[in-house]
Amino acid sequence: MPIHSFPRRTFLIASSAALATGLPARASGLAPTPTMRGGANNYRPGAALTDRIGGGGFLMTGTVRQAGSGAPIPGARIQIWAHTTEGHERDAASHGATLTDAAGRFQMDMPQIVPAFGQPHGHLAYDGDYDANGFQTVFLRPVMAAAGLTTLNADFVLVPA
Amino acid sequence: MRSALIWAAALSLAFGPLLLAAGSPYLAFRQPIYIAAGFAGIAAMGLLLLQPLLAHRVLTGLPKPRRVHAVLGALIIALITLHVGGLWITSPPDVIDALTFRSPTPFSVWGVLALWAALAAAFLTARRRALRPKTWRRGHLTLGAVIALGTAAHALLIEGTMEPMSKAALAAALAWASLWAAWRSRLFSR
Repeated sequence: MPIHSFPRRTFLIASSAALATGLPARASGLAPTPTMRGGANNYRPGAALTDRIGGGGFLMTGTVRQAGSGAPIPGARIQIWAHTTEGHERDAASHGATLTDAAGRFQMDMPQIVPAFGQPHGHLAYDGDYDANGFQTVFLRPVMAAAGLTTLNADFVLVPA
Repeated sequence: MRSALIWAAALSLAFGPLLLAAGSPYLAFRQPIYIAAGFAGIAAMGLLLLQPLLAHRVLTGLPKPRRVHAVLGALIIALITLHVGGLWITSPPDVIDALTFRSPTPFSVWGVLALWAALAAAFLTARRRALRPKTWRRGHLTLGAVIALGTAAHALLIEGTMEPMSKAALAAALAWASLWAAWRSRLFSR
């Protein structure tokens, strides 16, 4: 269930309504992303930055923005992990971190996610203790719409710590 | 002849899922303890189907069907222990979330409900001599139905362990058998 898409959808609806009426977008338009249940399970604090997890072939994508203004947050450190064709969530080799670009986007090439504990899902963390941007920690646990897909997206909307 | 057909149908529904799950391509990506935990769950679900059928003599020809029912009951408890224990070893935080009803997965609550009902059934069985026969029967049948329906919902909502068609067939048979047993034992009448 892609709970994380609701704040974004709400924002899009709110901002298009604002555009349609000629009003400036409200600062309160973009709601922060709440941490998802189970999101932090098997997290490894401080996992190393990497260009790719394992052999790759599956693409995790997403954005990191500020609550309210929706401004992108460049250089935000996002850790990604999952049960894949190459290992369990708990394996150190299943974890890797990356930084967002100038537009607040990140992506990670990683092995194919396979169903584990009943759902094909990934884990993502923005950990305020390991990032100099100064936002509150958020853990996400997006579920794939189908196990055969080769991409998964998760967006963060963060609140200053 | 009729008895043999009923046996064949029951055993296919109960144990076909084990054979089909053994062909899952995901097994290659899982550690032995996680695989064992999954198969313990599937086996327990299959044995659960036989329980009301043995108790009500739908499955005939056994010399001591009630004795078999009791032995299978103990085996189911052992398999549930292996199921939860194996998952715990695989990923402790996910099992803690499930047991404390904080899991993000909708199937966990049904599995934990069935787990507690199974433990309550075992406890009730141990205390059977202290209970009035009517109290015992109502308690046992109610817990049996909760275990069966909880297990069916639990399995149906899980992706990636059982083969979907055989899972749906077993879940439907399990739900039907437990409710039929309760009705036949006049659980719902005064």
